[in-house]
Amino acid sequence: MKIIERFEIPYYQYLNESSQLVDALPAFAKDVQLLQEMHRLMVLTRIFDQKLIALQRTGQLGTYPATRGQEAVFVGIGHAMDKQDIFVPYYRDIGALIQRGVPLTDILRFWGGDERGNCFASNTQNFPYSIPIASQLVYAAGAAAALKYQGKKQAVLCTCGDGATSQGDFYETINVAGIWRLPLVIVICNNRWAISVSREQQTAAKTLAQKAIAGGIAGEQVDGNDIIAVRERIQVALQKARDHQEASVLEMICYRHCDHTTADDASRYEQKEEREKEWLKEPIARLRRYLETIGSWTPSGEEALIAQCTQQVEQAVAEYVQYTDSPPTAMLDSLYDKLPKLYEDQRTLLEHLCHK
Amino acid sequence: MPQITLVEAINQALAYEMNADKNVVLLGEDIGKNGGVFRATQGLYDRFGPHRVCDTPLAESMIGGLAVGMAIMGLKPVAEFQFMGFSYPAVDQIINHASRIRNRTRGKMSCPVVFRTPYGCGIHAPEHHSESTEALFAHIPGLRVVIPSSPIRAYGLLLASIRNPDPVIFLEPARLYRYVKQEVPDDGKELPLDTCFTLRQGNDVSLIAWGAMIKETMAASNQLAQEGIEAEVIDVATVKPLDMDTILASVEKTGRCVIIHEAAKTGGIGADISAQIAEQALFSLKAPPVRVCGFDTIVPYARLEKYYLPSEQRIVDAVHHIMEGS
Repeated sequence: MKIIERFEIPYYQYLNESSQLVDALPAFAKDVQLLQEMHRLMVLTRIFDQKLIALQRTGQLGTYPATRGQEAVFVGIGHAMDKQDIFVPYYRDIGALIQRGVPLTDILRFWGGDERGNCFASNTQNFPYSIPIASQLVYAAGAAAALKYQGKKQAVLCTCGDGATSQGDFYETINVAGIWRLPLVIVICNNRWAISVSREQQTAAKTLAQKAIAGGIAGEQVDGNDIIAVRERIQVALQKARDHQEASVLEMICYRHCDHTTADDASRYEQKEEREKEWLKEPIARLRRYLETIGSWTPSGEEALIAQCTQQVEQAVAEYVQYTDSPPTAMLDSLYDKLPKLYEDQRTLLEHLCHK
Repeated sequence: MPQITLVEAINQALAYEMNADKNVVLLGEDIGKNGGVFRATQGLYDRFGPHRVCDTPLAESMIGGLAVGMAIMGLKPVAEFQFMGFSYPAVDQIINHASRIRNRTRGKMSCPVVFRTPYGCGIHAPEHHSESTEALFAHIPGLRVVIPSSPIRAYGLLLASIRNPDPVIFLEPARLYRYVKQEVPDDGKELPLDTCFTLRQGNDVSLIAWGAMIKETMAASNQLAQEGIEAEVIDVATVKPLDMDTILASVEKTGRCVIIHEAAKTGGIGADISAQIAEQALFSLKAPPVRVCGFDTIVPYARLEKYYLPSEQRIVDAVHHIMEGS
């Protein structure tokens, strides 16, 4: 017997749970204003997330998958991506979408049951939400293949949860990303839960990142509560994708400090103590403590920030509640480029219903 | 001009459009050097190179997803599933994404993809190689399901499908791949989608069919003509969305119709066609619509498939039955 191959999975962290530096800061993180901006975006995301839940509870929004505690992953993604990169989200990514130019009102509209919330009018580099688990990974690979065919030096970044790594589509994607050398970055938001099924029930693999090895691409773990690590590792992965057509898988270790969606009740399966223990690692306080250490955070500044984010959210909500529904005929009007003649009667019926 | 088979016409259409439009990219299993298991892509790898004729890893959901992502990004992918029975892992991509992206984004994005696959029985292949589940796809809003039945229509309809800005499932009757040869001018002219083709005019009965069943249906119409019964033969060609104008006009003229498909009877396209005839042309009918179909079972292995497939005689018998009763 001989060993013909060995593999290693690195783990990246700059700020530990106590907000102490455990590694030399990457270049970008020396820019304090940039760190403050990421802090602001995480605060905005958390306030917006709380508002979305409140709107659902009061009947003004549909089912919504909260993002509390996972802000660093998505804000880090949005911050690391170049504008011309392609973002292929799943459905928990509001922190990234906001930075990709998606207005808060679009996000409200989508979760409020309006397809127009998917139009992302301000930016064509973002794919719409994908709800069937892991299915977005495969078409993200297709988008990456298109970029490569077109000779464009851009990358595709696609997100998924930990449960998605059990899907065949996950393996099919890493496999083709390796063999076709696709400019693709797959980010797993490992928040430990796929609704009620824990990460431990999902796979015997010690890490999710190591699944990348099977496809011949790089896999790594990142402390998903440390936005400096998230931002840095995604930026490195994107650069590798753009410059060398090397795909990679980044497993972000974080925790879902919320129900799966507003239709879920995590108390049925989650130990309260576990969440409390994990909360000590949460990303916003971690960065805030660091900023405080370097003299770049004050309680009054935080108050002003919260007031500003709250106002921004309230303004979007005020706009959202004023929207009128699309005409019912909209459900047919974008189905095909041109509505086939066969369905004209059905459109007429919808028009009639709309005037009743 | 040389005469070519249906599968050669597919090849000719692919080559024409790849030459005309560099956004057209082929992907699938064994389509490269091997030219596809039925040789539909023969020679294209050598002519256009591995970047446009892409052998994929063996994973159909991935083929579906790659094509969806490419199409959204502005390419015109033509993906091949080796057999219809192996397309099912890709149904997630076809139903959940290809057919919905335009609607989901209210027209900001589109998915101009063609999914090609051989379909139908009668080629003595193992299980899963004889499927005709076109009704599954026809039920999906946002898709088109197109089925050629001759080399000329294969060429013109495939060109139209590739140029169409929406997703198309293009089902190629494997039994007809090499059945007849026709002269097919390589002029890049497409044939209309969403349109039936009337292959034979007649006043006594409308025979409505598609795909490989056109063979038995035409043979039945010849037999009927010898008895003095003039059948009108309609090749539906696009089974979704249906061209009901042509079908209804024919049935209103003849007052009788037999719908022929090799797919299982229950929930088939024939059920929808006869329902629409009943809704819209009931009082023109001299006899109830009749369906001659495959049985509600799994397509049998080679030894029994001749009993499964609607025969020329079953079609003739059905016509006799409704002629006697009216």
